[in-house]
Amino acid sequence: MNERYEPVIGIECHVELKTATKMFCGCCNEFGGEPNTKICPVCLGLPGALPVPNRRAIEHIVTVGVAFGSTIAEFSKFDRKNYFYPDMPKDYQISQYDMPVAAGGSVKYWTEDGELRECRLTRVHLEEDTGKSTHAGSTDGRIAGSEYSLIDFNRAGVPLMECVSEPDLRSAQEAVAYLEALRRTLLALGVSDVKMEEGSLRCDANVSVRPVGSSSYGTKTEIKNMNSFRSVERAIASEVARQIAIVESGGRIEQETRGWDEINGVTHSMRSKEEAHDYRYFPDPDLVPLEISPAEVRRVTQTLPELPAQRFERYTARYSIAPRQTAQLIDNPALAGYFERVLALGARPAQAINFVLGDLSRLANETGVAVAESAVTPEYLSGVIALVEDRRITSKVAKDVLARCWHGEGAPAAIVEREGLARQSDTGALVPLVDQMLAAHPAVVADYRAGKQNVLGFLVGQVMKASRGTADPVVVKELLNERLSSG
Amino acid sequence: MSDPIIDIRYVAKLAQIALTDEEIERFGAQLGDLLQHVAALERLDTERVAATAQVVESRNILRDDVARPSLDRETVLAQAPQRQGKFFRVPRIIGE
Amino acid sequence: MPASNELLERSAAEIAAAVNERRVSAAEVTRATLERVVATEPNVGAYLTVLAEAALAEAASVDRRVAQGERLPLAGVPLAVKDNMCLTGSRTTCGSKILEQWIAPYTSTAVARMLAAGAIPIGKTNCDEFAMGSSCENSALGITRNPYDLLRVPGGSSGGSAAAVAAFEAAIGLGSDTGGSIREPGAFCGVVGFKPTYGRVSRYGLIAFASSLDQIGPLTRTVEDAALTYDAMAGFDPMDATSVQEPVEPAAPALRDDLHGLRVGIVREFDPGALGGAMDALYRAAYAGLERLGAELVEVSLPTAEYGVATYYLIAPAECSSNLARFDGVRYGLRVAGRDVRGMYDATRAAGFGEEVKRRILIGTHALSSGYYDAYYVRAQKARTLIADDFRGAFASCDLIACPAASCPAFRFGAKSDPYSMYLMDYYTIPMSLAGLPAISVPCGWVQPPDGNEPLPIGLQLCGPLFAERLLLGAAHAYERATNHRATHAPLAQRLTA
Repeated sequence: MNERYEPVIGIECHVELKTATKMFCGCCNEFGGEPNTKICPVCLGLPGALPVPNRRAIEHIVTVGVAFGSTIAEFSKFDRKNYFYPDMPKDYQISQYDMPVAAGGSVKYWTEDGELRECRLTRVHLEEDTGKSTHAGSTDGRIAGSEYSLIDFNRAGVPLMECVSEPDLRSAQEAVAYLEALRRTLLALGVSDVKMEEGSLRCDANVSVRPVGSSSYGTKTEIKNMNSFRSVERAIASEVARQIAIVESGGRIEQETRGWDEINGVTHSMRSKEEAHDYRYFPDPDLVPLEISPAEVRRVTQTLPELPAQRFERYTARYSIAPRQTAQLIDNPALAGYFERVLALGARPAQAINFVLGDLSRLANETGVAVAESAVTPEYLSGVIALVEDRRITSKVAKDVLARCWHGEGAPAAIVEREGLARQSDTGALVPLVDQMLAAHPAVVADYRAGKQNVLGFLVGQVMKASRGTADPVVVKELLNERLSSG
Repeated sequence: MSDPIIDIRYVAKLAQIALTDEEIERFGAQLGDLLQHVAALERLDTERVAATAQVVESRNILRDDVARPSLDRETVLAQAPQRQGKFFRVPRIIGE
Repeated sequence: MPASNELLERSAAEIAAAVNERRVSAAEVTRATLERVVATEPNVGAYLTVLAEAALAEAASVDRRVAQGERLPLAGVPLAVKDNMCLTGSRTTCGSKILEQWIAPYTSTAVARMLAAGAIPIGKTNCDEFAMGSSCENSALGITRNPYDLLRVPGGSSGGSAAAVAAFEAAIGLGSDTGGSIREPGAFCGVVGFKPTYGRVSRYGLIAFASSLDQIGPLTRTVEDAALTYDAMAGFDPMDATSVQEPVEPAAPALRDDLHGLRVGIVREFDPGALGGAMDALYRAAYAGLERLGAELVEVSLPTAEYGVATYYLIAPAECSSNLARFDGVRYGLRVAGRDVRGMYDATRAAGFGEEVKRRILIGTHALSSGYYDAYYVRAQKARTLIADDFRGAFASCDLIACPAASCPAFRFGAKSDPYSMYLMDYYTIPMSLAGLPAISVPCGWVQPPDGNEPLPIGLQLCGPLFAERLLLGAAHAYERATNHRATHAPLAQRLTA
């Protein structure tokens, strides 16, 4: 990236809220299904039908606002955004114009290296989704060149949250980190599935560039059609590069909407409507205002779960867990819960995290059983950790014991006892084993004596293996050194 | 409001109604006339007056998140001007 | 049968009593009504659709319920439904070509409640297209004539329901009133037209014209019937977020015979002297009649009311421009082919909507458009506040307000060719609509027009504070009892049919 220019990025997200029914009617809110089966007079915009807002959707958006520290409007209302489009049944969208439920606040996100940053939010508001059009007759299913379109209204009227950020992001990576944090938080709050592939999270990016040190903004473009976090990252990077190239060559950026072309890796102009939109917003006369009391906001605040950003801070600051490991735990709430229970039983975080993300996660992958559902209960893991901490087993044996626990062989202490896996640090017992190994590998011994000191590790390994991991590696190393230098 | 000119072509485009030249002229004259009558409102001092969107002061009329039966697809599609299988069909969409 | 035929000219209350007491069956009343409709319609044209089959099925069901011992407040009462209210399986057109073939797949709450109370849906009545008009002349689907003079309009927009009730083709007509669309046709057809407080009756299933103003109400031959209808329909509906949760006390038991203790406001700005000698005399007599019944007349002022029409013709079109966007040829209704989807919209809406609807969509679109919103729409909303404040001020010194329902009696077809002169027809009814107030038009006399042979009915408008329906209906009943103006002249349509 050109170091003389700084990208300025804001993200606008549309998130389908998780509710049993649609925003303004009792039709089921579920992804997919037989076309045009989840439709009623209200969401199909039949003559005479009237919208009634879904209480749960409003609770969800208040929760989101509170979680991001937004100001929850005591008085809010719904407006109509008027424009004709075939998949929008009423030819207006019920949305919120000048009085969104939530304004301000910020999303805390973290970078790869674990730095916690925040991106301010402009507003969060509620609206309704449109139906889905399938364009037929064109080669690639795109709208351009299509002959006609088919419409399924199942999605029409699904509650949609629009979340607009301030232009606080400074790179494509930050934009993705922001989106990931947003996604994690919404999942933790249980308000959405946040699946980009199912369209329950959709986002557009506003991108501009400016000379480093400048405080004014350059002309921005709006990027659409990004279908994954990866395409968000690529699209923004590509657009930033395009804009810098234009500015460098003395050109001017045109304010426009640009579509991301995933195949060719470029954005292209979507200038299709020359005239500016005139949405004729006005208060929806079919709906009455919303009043959200401070008491309600307090209630929501008190019932808020720990948010990913808070958990991130706790894990990285208090437990000194690496950011990458923290992110892994945060993205797997069940695993994080397991981890927390192990900590509650007294295990040290550094120990616990290694077992949870290392051995246990590997076993989980191999067996297809989630860690939290495995035979290794938090008690068992904390027991193994205690055995290691108390120097009663080696960390090598710990792995073996955990695997045996996983496969249902019982409690760690019992396994150690039964299998004779207790740590051996008694020199008397280990000397014969060491001598046996030296005798078995004369060539290696010769190498060592010829100055190849790094073969010592091989010999330690052989002794460990012969002891089934029970030998204290420190003692073994001492004995080997002693023997090799004296012999 | 002191200049009650109405751009009928622009408004008709927003409203998606095709008008003939004759209609544009006629509606333009009639609506210009109406806007002149409406200009009487300028005489009212509304500086410190709140706008009334609804006369009844209800708040928070909401529904519980409980499913209700949807309509039968056949009943609905039977009334569609054009359908294709399980879908509503529309002529090609130009632009965005 | 003759018994039930005669019964058709009685009130809904009397018909319901006869059916409940099983002196006549709902089926007999319904058959007699359908015969009456066949005989009367060539002259009047109140109905766009007659629901003979549905009516007979409903009547059979009412008879079963009555036989099982149920007492239904509107048992077997023939009901005319304005064709902007949905009834499952019935063609619901709004008097528009764009919905000419549309069959509603659901029933409006108001109609459902009427059926639950035992009423029989005889048919769907003509109206100005999408309820926009004051004469029914804006219907694209038929002409309705005033039963008292077939050369004249029945008023509008609920003219079909008013005419049906006046011509005994139904005992109750449902109408919708946005700026006077129940009260004005009520006055023109010599029947009672009652608009409850905004939000009292659910709008679910009422095809919207202007959502913040539309209100369903009855057209009936007696105030008592209006009260019974109101009692059957009023009350919160979870399907309409703008329906009010205010408890509804039944109005029928509160009907009274005098006006003692009531202060009736006479509006200084609504001087009937402006309406010409005959009308002036009638209204002065009507006010005196109120006084004779015990009311104390007080002068009140509604200084902003004269801005009502200007305010209304911004707010109502603005809302309608958005409400009528959905008629786009995609999901239902008319479609006219175009090159692409936008061409299809343009052609469909050009062919599907009539002149007046187009005018209002255009003016409303303009009033909401960028750069004009504050000057037009917001200013109109503020004027609306001032008008509502005027009424609040007036009701500080009176209980009810009395004024004309319309500035003239029914006029001849084509008499109001200039749109604005038609808009002025609602001069006396619009302010109450903007303030959301309950108001009723009651027959208060007859005038002999210089250009006709038949005497024409005139309506007195009474209006109360928000939610004062009981008081209002009670007072209207006392006035009706004392004057009984309806009895003076039989409708021409009735004489022709007989």
